[in-house]
Parts: sequence; structure tokens; C-alpha cells
Amino acid sequence: MTYNADKLPKKNLLSLQIDVKKFEKATDEEKAQHETMRESTTFFRDGMRKLRKNPLAMISLVVLIALVLTIIIVPMFYPYSYEQMITVNGKRDKTAKNLAPFTYSKNEQKAIEEGQKIFPHIFGTDELCRDYFIRVVYGARVSLSVGLFASLIVLVIGLLYGSISGYFGGKVDMVMMRIVDIIYSLPDTLMVVLLSVVMNQVLGNALKGSIVSKIGPNMISLFVVFGVLYWVGMARLVRGQILSIKNNEYVLAARAMGAKPGRIIRKHILPNCMSVIIISVALQIPSAIFTESFLSFIGLGVQAPMPSLGSLANAARGGMQSYPYKMVFPAIIICLIVLSFNLLGDGLRDAFDPKLRR
Amino acid sequence: MLKYTIKRVLLAVVTVFIISAITFFAMNAIPGGPFAKEKAPDPAVQAALEARFNLDKPVHQQFIIYLKNLLHGDFGISLKTGREISQIIGEKFAVSAKVGGIAAACAVVLGLILGSVAALCRNRWPDRLIIFLTTLFVSVPSFILATILLLVFALTLKWVGVFDANNPNYVLPVISLMLYPMSYITRLTKSSMLDVLGQDYIRTARAKGVRDSLVIFKHALRNALIPVITYVGPMVAYILTGSMVVETVFTIGGLGTEFVRSINNQDYPLIMATTIFLAVLMVIATLLSDLVYKLVDPKITFD
Repeated sequence: MTYNADKLPKKNLLSLQIDVKKFEKATDEEKAQHETMRESTTFFRDGMRKLRKNPLAMISLVVLIALVLTIIIVPMFYPYSYEQMITVNGKRDKTAKNLAPFTYSKNEQKAIEEGQKIFPHIFGTDELCRDYFIRVVYGARVSLSVGLFASLIVLVIGLLYGSISGYFGGKVDMVMMRIVDIIYSLPDTLMVVLLSVVMNQVLGNALKGSIVSKIGPNMISLFVVFGVLYWVGMARLVRGQILSIKNNEYVLAARAMGAKPGRIIRKHILPNCMSVIIISVALQIPSAIFTESFLSFIGLGVQAPMPSLGSLANAARGGMQSYPYKMVFPAIIICLIVLSFNLLGDGLRDAFDPKLRR
Repeated sequence: MLKYTIKRVLLAVVTVFIISAITFFAMNAIPGGPFAKEKAPDPAVQAALEARFNLDKPVHQQFIIYLKNLLHGDFGISLKTGREISQIIGEKFAVSAKVGGIAAACAVVLGLILGSVAALCRNRWPDRLIIFLTTLFVSVPSFILATILLLVFALTLKWVGVFDANNPNYVLPVISLMLYPMSYITRLTKSSMLDVLGQDYIRTARAKGVRDSLVIFKHALRNALIPVITYVGPMVAYILTGSMVVETVFTIGGLGTEFVRSINNQDYPLIMATTIFLAVLMVIATLLSDLVYKLVDPKITFD
């Protein structure tokens, strides 16, 4: 007997069996409509799309890129150096002290009248007759590198510690997490100050003449303290992520196929918690910049004559009523950097954090 | 609860011990003792001085003696002024505690109000304005904020007087200390308030016809408060370290100024004592806020 839908007998009156006559076949056009409306998207692409729609995050990204390009490119062609007095005709110009932005000193005026071209002091000069713009540029360089480098230290240590602790669990985890608990409860700012005081004395002589002596023992101690204390937050975060990911079926499958722990952590677990980690690093950078400026304020900052934004702003406090611009420029740059990283971090979180995704 | 309390108290004690150990041994690692002078004094005088301050004993014994003295409230004497450090701390901390206390209270009250307003006006202009301002405030280092406030409001506009000891004007120092924790509390309150407002029991209360104000204050705010308690510990830590900056900028003679001065003077016993004192305060604040949090939140179970 051949199958004919139209002639299927009804079982009885109250049957729920569908009356096929009431339906008609879909045309090709209608079928085409049910094809995928949009192309499939990956986690990363979807996040980037969301990020691009967030105007604040995009503006911050542009600001940061512009800042980074400025501090890389400007020192290449800028005629003044951050540590030397302005010179006119090969002689030190002692009249170029505390100039306001875009003004020239007496000697420079003379040189201009004689037909020389002199590059304007965009931000003026400081009390030691140095061009202030290049000092702010170098300050931003130092502050940003401190932020990036400190966050990198935190990332590496936290990632290693957290993944080991989270993956192995059990007794290893318990011991490792008690250590984290104790370090976590130490007041970090106080410890930074204390270790800076000590290392300043201990390292001061040992570092003389080496490359790092330019940034000074205080910055080394800042990095050491970040390496010793600040990684615990990151370790906790990574551990939590790993604990929630490692019970998934695909990890079990990988393990069943004989993958080694290192491979499982690298290939299956870390890529899945990368988004949360990147967000946390983005938010760690402003905190490191804050710590650096705080240390500069209490006199434990970078080694003179190397400037940082914090030490520039702090040095400007003295003559603030007469030369407010010296305070304003580094202050604005610090706020711009920190604000941009905060907004970008928030934007990244909105775009990539799986918990906030709908 | 008892088990949790004991665990937390033990952790706090261990932390305090470790802090004192780090502080003591770090300070000991600095080359040159307090009595090392360019011109060597009479060896007998040197020996007598060292015996007087137990410097002739091995380091670990010195540490034990130091701990014993700490427990008796004896922090030693300041190298710069020769005064008892416990006296200095007691005197200066009274000033700091006043400024810090007002700042903490203002931060909590304003933060709760702003956070609730932001949550209730979600995605309208008050919310956007509040979130914009709080994001701005957390991006300014406190010493820059304090200096700018001082320059604009006290020196240029002359709206408020400059701080002086006889006629203290706490407005600007309190504002500069308060803005960061206030912004943090605002964001915390907003997110926890939004969380609570989406709960079923709020809908039930509204459906019963309970007045809006009652729903907000009795049902929503009370529950939204709980996460804020956890921030009290970090806030105390922030205000104590922030006071170093703010007090120096406004020349308030508090513990913060004293600490910064002791660092610049290299007055090691004072640095050591102040570090330990502040650290103990921070640890206690964190301990209390954690314990209160567990006590208040009925949803948390103790294992």
C-alpha cells in the first residue's frame, strides 16, 4: 500500500490527529527564508562587536593608542631632552626658568630676532630650565610602563599559582589558598611603603651604575612588592574560574583521551577564562599607576632626574599658585590614562564577561 | 558561626604577627644601626647605648623583646624627637580619627543615597550623571584631588578657610578623603539594589499594594545594604592610607603627616610602630566587617 497523506483515515471524532489537508507545502522561497539569518559568530567576534558599539570604551581605546604613539614618537624628534637645561647657541640659557606655555626666554627672543628658529615650549619650562612638555612625555612613559610591567608581573605569578591550585585541588589547593589568605590580609599600601623604605637603603648602593639605576631602587621595590603581594587577587580569580571550568564534559573527554594536566590547563581551561583575566589586567594597570603616584607623593618615587607623572605633579605642588599649569598638565594626563583604562576595562567586562552576557 | 569566628580571629592574629615580623626584620635589614655615626663615639658609650636598647643581643631575641613590648603598648622612642612613640601615636591618631571618621560616615551615607537613586532611575539622566561622576572620582589620585580642591576653593575662591589647628575647617580634607570610597559604595549599592529590585518578593510586595517608599526602604534597601558591609574593611584601609596624603596637603597634624615625616626623616622606630599600628587597625576593621557580614546575611550558611 502506498502512502497517501490525504487519504489517511481518521481514527475517531475526538482524535487529535492532524488533518493534513489544512497544510500546504512550503515553496522554495519560503524555505530560503529559514536559512540562517545571520552568519554564526564566535565568542571573540561577538564580544568585539559589543565593544565596538560601546562609545566610551572606544573613545578610551583611541585616547590610549594616541597617548602611546605620542610617548613613543615624540622623543625621537623633539629638540629638547628631559634632563638637560635648554641651550641657546650652545650656551645654557638660565633665563628660561619657569616659562609659561608657548613663551620664550630673553635669550631665545634675541636668537629669534637674529633669525634662528626655536621650537616652542608647548607646556613651558620648569624651575631647572628644562622643557616641561618632554618631561611630561617621559613621565607618562614611566608611569605607563610601571603600570604595564607591574600588571604583567601580577598576571604571570597569579596565573601560574591560581591554575596550579585550582587544577590540582585537594590538599595542594588548601595549603596554597591559606597562604593566599594570609598575604591577602596584609595591608598592601603600607607594605609597599615599608619595603620601599628598606629597599631604598639596601639596594641604593648595589644598583649604582647598572641599567636599572636610572629608574631607581624605589621602582624596583614597587615591582617586587607587586610580585610579592598583589598577585593574590589574580590567583584567586584564576582559581575560581578553573574550578568552575574543570568539571565540564570537554575537560573530562580530554582527560579520558589521555591529555596531560599541562595540556588541559593550556588548551582547554585557560582560553575559557582568558576574558575574565584580561579584564582584570586592564583594571590592574590604573591601580599600579595610582600606587606609583602615591609613592612619588610621599617621596619614594622614581629616581631624579627621571620624571614620572606622580613626581611631576608632586613637585609642582610647591609653586602651585604661581605656576598652576605645572600641576595641571601631569594631573590631566594621569586622570586621562586612569579613566581610559577604567572605562576600557568596564567596556571589556560588559562585552566579554560570560556572567554578564545574555 | 563559632567555627568561622575562631578561624577568622586566628587568621587575623597570624596576620598581625606576620606584619610585625616583616616590619621588624625589614627595618633590621637596613645597614647601619641607629647609633652608627660618622664619627665613632666612645666605645663604652656605644656599648652602653646598645645594651640600653638591647641591640647587643641576637636579632631573634631582639624580635621577641620587641613583641613583648608591643603587647604592653610600648613602641619605643622616636629617634628624631626622643619622645615615647605610644604618646605620639595616641595624640596624632585622635586628629586623624576625627577627620577619617567624618569622611567614612559621609562616604557611607552619600554613597547609599546616590547608589539607590542611580538604581531607581536606571538608564535615565540621574543614573548616567551619578555613574559618570563616580567613574571620574575614582580616576583622580587623592593628592591631586586634594591639591586642586585646596587651590580652587580655599586659595582662589576663598569659600572655605585653610585648615589650621586653632580653627579647624574639615570641609575640604573630608571631601578629598571621602570621594573615592563614596564612589565605590555608590557603585556597589547600585548593583546590589538592582539585584534586589529584580527579586520576587519585591514584586509580591508591590502586588500587595505596599507603598513605593515602604518597598524601597523596608524591602529593597535593607537587603541591598548587606554587600556594602564587606566594603567597610577596605574603606578603613583606604582612609588610613589616604590620610597620609590628604593630611600632608592640608597640613593637618595627624598620624598620616607624622608617618610621611618619619619616612623623610628616616626615623625607623616611628615608621615601624606606625606601620604596625595602622596595619592592626586595618586587620581589625576587615575582621569586624567580615564577621558582621556573616551575622547579618541570613542567606549565608556556615559550614
